[in-house]
Amino acid sequence: MTTATPATRPARTPSRRRVFWPGRAGHLFVAAYVVLLIAFGVVPTVYAVYFAFTDAGDNFAGFSNFAEAANDFRYFSAVGHVALYLVFWLVSLVVFVVGLALLLHRLTSSGTSKALRFLYYIPGALAGAASVMVWLFMLDPSVSPVSALLRAAGFDTFGEVVAPDHLPVLFTLIAFWTGAGGWIVVMYGALNNISPDLLEAARIDGAGVWQTAWRIQIPLLRKWIVYMVILAFAGGTQLFVEPQLLSQASVGVAGRDYSLNQLSYDFAFQNNNVNTAAAISVELLVVGLVVAGVFVARSGFFDAD
Amino acid sequence: MPTDTRLPAQASESLRRPASPRRRATRKLPNPLAALVLALFLVFFVLPVGWLLLAATKTDDQLVHGNPLSFGSWHALADNWTALTSFQDNAIFRWLGNSALYSFVALAITLCVAIPAGYALAMTEFRGRRTLLVATLVVMLMPNATLVVPLFLEVNAVHLIGSMWSIILPYSFYPFGVYLTYIYFSTAVPRDLIAAAKLDGCSSFGVFRHVALPLATPIVALVGFFSFVANWTNYFLPYVLLPESDQFPVQVGLGTLLNSVPQFNPTVGTTAVERPELALATLLAITPVLVVFLFSQRFLVAGMLAGATKE
Repeated sequence: MTTATPATRPARTPSRRRVFWPGRAGHLFVAAYVVLLIAFGVVPTVYAVYFAFTDAGDNFAGFSNFAEAANDFRYFSAVGHVALYLVFWLVSLVVFVVGLALLLHRLTSSGTSKALRFLYYIPGALAGAASVMVWLFMLDPSVSPVSALLRAAGFDTFGEVVAPDHLPVLFTLIAFWTGAGGWIVVMYGALNNISPDLLEAARIDGAGVWQTAWRIQIPLLRKWIVYMVILAFAGGTQLFVEPQLLSQASVGVAGRDYSLNQLSYDFAFQNNNVNTAAAISVELLVVGLVVAGVFVARSGFFDAD
Repeated sequence: MPTDTRLPAQASESLRRPASPRRRATRKLPNPLAALVLALFLVFFVLPVGWLLLAATKTDDQLVHGNPLSFGSWHALADNWTALTSFQDNAIFRWLGNSALYSFVALAITLCVAIPAGYALAMTEFRGRRTLLVATLVVMLMPNATLVVPLFLEVNAVHLIGSMWSIILPYSFYPFGVYLTYIYFSTAVPRDLIAAAKLDGCSSFGVFRHVALPLATPIVALVGFFSFVANWTNYFLPYVLLPESDQFPVQVGLGTLLNSVPQFNPTVGTTAVERPELALATLLAITPVLVVFLFSQRFLVAGMLAGATKE
């Protein structure tokens, strides 16, 4: 590492400044990034914390903003919605992504496997509002290509499909549709990284498909599965665009205050109460940071050096 | 601001290696049940996009009463195109243009900022390096959408609400790009090469410019692609920070269109948008990402493979 630093090259122009400031080049290389990091990482975080602990008159308010958020009648239902959605979303990710990656990995034809991975990945381009548009059509029995299925399940109108009870499943469907393809590619890559000798040894020892998957492949995927769950968890807590657009499209059948981010948005821009909005942001950030911290500490995935 | 937390891990296609003949031998033909499952998921992933293509070629009446999997007509497609483009006086093109402007300017800034930063973190020693690395990891894993409301307060405090820079600059902050570049230079570029260039008399910037940068093509493509997709598909930040419809990116514009479809919003009047036009607009909104993906695929694989050895 140190061979690359100017300080260890005394043979060449050992200027006085370089001796006193050995990392000058390094600092210049990272300067612009540090400015952005401060402006769009540190400052908003500090702002959020400041607003969360002050009142509208800039006086210290203790935890009253947090209490106000928690006392809002929509708060615990929003927490519950996000929690339920996270359970559905994480379970479906783990089960289906790992399952599909294992199946794809067993395909004899690498061409088929490659084509399938690409096709599974396509919806990844449709994140954001576009994926919600697609699923508005899919879930509307009057135009859906699977309207027969929807009607068979007892849904005749769009309003019936997007009933509040169904939303965690529907949001999971949308998120899985856009997100799973990328993760399948990841898991497939991780499976390819498992030594063929190991799999052959297992086969010679008499392990079948299931045993190989369960006792060798899945344990070796563990790190990647943890990684996926953590990132999906962080993403899932941000739920906003899906409920927001669905609430527009269903004329209020799905509420405007379904998720915590929506509630924070509502406090800030409908109730003009930025302090409570900031309190919710801080809560979400703390949850995110704790999860990130546990992840970095436990998984060793990001070895900083 | 990478609000799309799905993306980071895709770097690990990295781990893909050509199958060895021996491993192939251990694979078996999938049984019918496995083939069925793979095919069902293929339908699940592909049918909605395929249906969108067909829906854009129909009239609303055909959409409701016709066979969902049939092609409408070129005539209907042309009508939908005319109706869509006349909505709010070519709004769809303005929105697409805005998306392109925000995404590409941010992408350019991201590359100029992230590539040197990741390089310096991997290849040089400076005070605060470790702190910066840890800060990058933490920020990367934070759910950034929760910072959107505080970001609004910050942007408001400096009177930049409604400015395109209030979107572009947060987009340009892409810690995941720095992390990817850091991994790339730590693993895929031999340190000796850099050291040799220095011994030959290159300045620090000379080494970066003449040695590191030419080797960085795969990671530039990878970071560029991920940041482009994250920016193009972002909804929450422009939704909050841009008050004028003229400034919307296409993602937020789709929401405006949705609001004008009578079947989804019965309160709209007679100048409504029909559903096939919304389908057409959605197609237009996703096309740039698919095009960029197709064109950059070759480079992406190289970039992913290059970072493979970190595991």
